[in-house]
Amino acid sequence: MTHSDPVVVDFPTRKPGVPFPPPDYDGYRDHQGLVLSRLPNGARAWLVTRHEDVRAVLTDSRISSNPSHKGFPNVGTVGVPTQEQIPGWFVGLDSPEHDRFRKALIPEFTVRRIRGLRPAIERTVEERLDAMLAAGNSADLVADYALPVPSLVISTLLGVPPSDRDFFESRTRTLVSLRASTDAQRETAVKELLRYIKRLVGIKAKWPGDDLISRLLAAGSIAPHELSGVLMLLLIAGHETTANNIALGVVTLLRNPQWIGDDRAVEETLRFHSVADIVSLRVAVEDVEIGGQLIKAGDGIVPLIAAANHDTSAFECPHMFDPSRSARHHVAFGYGIHQCLGQNLVRVEMEIAYRKLFERIPDIRLAVPDEGLSIKYDGVLYGLEQLPVRW
Amino acid sequence: MRITIDSERCVGAGQCVLSAPQVFDQDEDGIVTLLAAPGPDEAAKVRIATALCPSGAITAHEG
Repeated sequence: MTHSDPVVVDFPTRKPGVPFPPPDYDGYRDHQGLVLSRLPNGARAWLVTRHEDVRAVLTDSRISSNPSHKGFPNVGTVGVPTQEQIPGWFVGLDSPEHDRFRKALIPEFTVRRIRGLRPAIERTVEERLDAMLAAGNSADLVADYALPVPSLVISTLLGVPPSDRDFFESRTRTLVSLRASTDAQRETAVKELLRYIKRLVGIKAKWPGDDLISRLLAAGSIAPHELSGVLMLLLIAGHETTANNIALGVVTLLRNPQWIGDDRAVEETLRFHSVADIVSLRVAVEDVEIGGQLIKAGDGIVPLIAAANHDTSAFECPHMFDPSRSARHHVAFGYGIHQCLGQNLVRVEMEIAYRKLFERIPDIRLAVPDEGLSIKYDGVLYGLEQLPVRW
Repeated sequence: MRITIDSERCVGAGQCVLSAPQVFDQDEDGIVTLLAAPGPDEAAKVRIATALCPSGAITAHEG
């Protein structure tokens, strides 16, 4: 175990001119013990970068996901809400409190259930492509494809009536477009979406349908006051993450066209880009040793997902995009009891989004030089603001 | 190879079903169920499923 004073570094941020994942991660991984970081608010938290250590942190019952514990890291403007702030935001709960929510939702996301959604997802993707092709020979693939597809899929899943889907899609887009919307506009969008979701729950309570909300209401294990928080969580967790993977994956496939049409690109895109690098925040509630480092109760912990997914002891030549590798042990969806509930939905959405795009628009190409791509530097997630393409 | 599953631990990620669909399934509640004992061809797939399961719900006993 390391007893010397730990190395302290600034909390990693995405900056113009620095590739993602940042080369600094390679140095942190090789460091004996763990590296300590200064968070934007001045507090400190351990950075966990080795694949093995990240899996250990995410499965250790002495390490908590609950933001109400003292020492829980705050890495930016948006923190993890507590149950007092948003009841039902169960990614911020530990076992056993967490398990009631997870168990209620698992049936909605089984491999079989997601397979059943394929025709609806294919229809949604085809409709977006029809609209893009009808509008001309250029598009912003983020606004016109990557963002609407997952939003429309979540609408279908929740049972949002078709007439409300434009409203739902426009508010979810406002929520994640950091440069195209102001803080005030995003705050309004959250309020409108929450109000809409509450109204929808009321409607489904009176007139149940064949959808997730109606089934959760019938099962009764999630209380009505928690349900809107749960649904908002599903929306936030499933929207921008999927959109960023669709957009970044298309860029990577255009740069590596030999992999276009190969479904293995999905798993490798998830690993290679690791868009949710800094979302699996934790705090130790007992003393625990991780990677040869003593972590004291009350210390904040930030597993860096992109660092783990580019660890040479888990992936050969990790900085290469190689869909032929076996990449499924990546931690892009996290690990442990909080591992992404919607992962099989995301996989299917990405697969259909790539396949149909290159089938329908085989001569698609970037409309800006590589260095002209607008990376999201401010958001929690890694992604693109815009992706101008033409054909 | 013999498999034991701990359905209490299962979090329904579905990694096992994707890895070894002849051996694992999810029941109506989304929890892992065993379809059949793995044949010799499936042992490697079961090992992958065991390694990928995020909650340690599957144990493969070799031999």
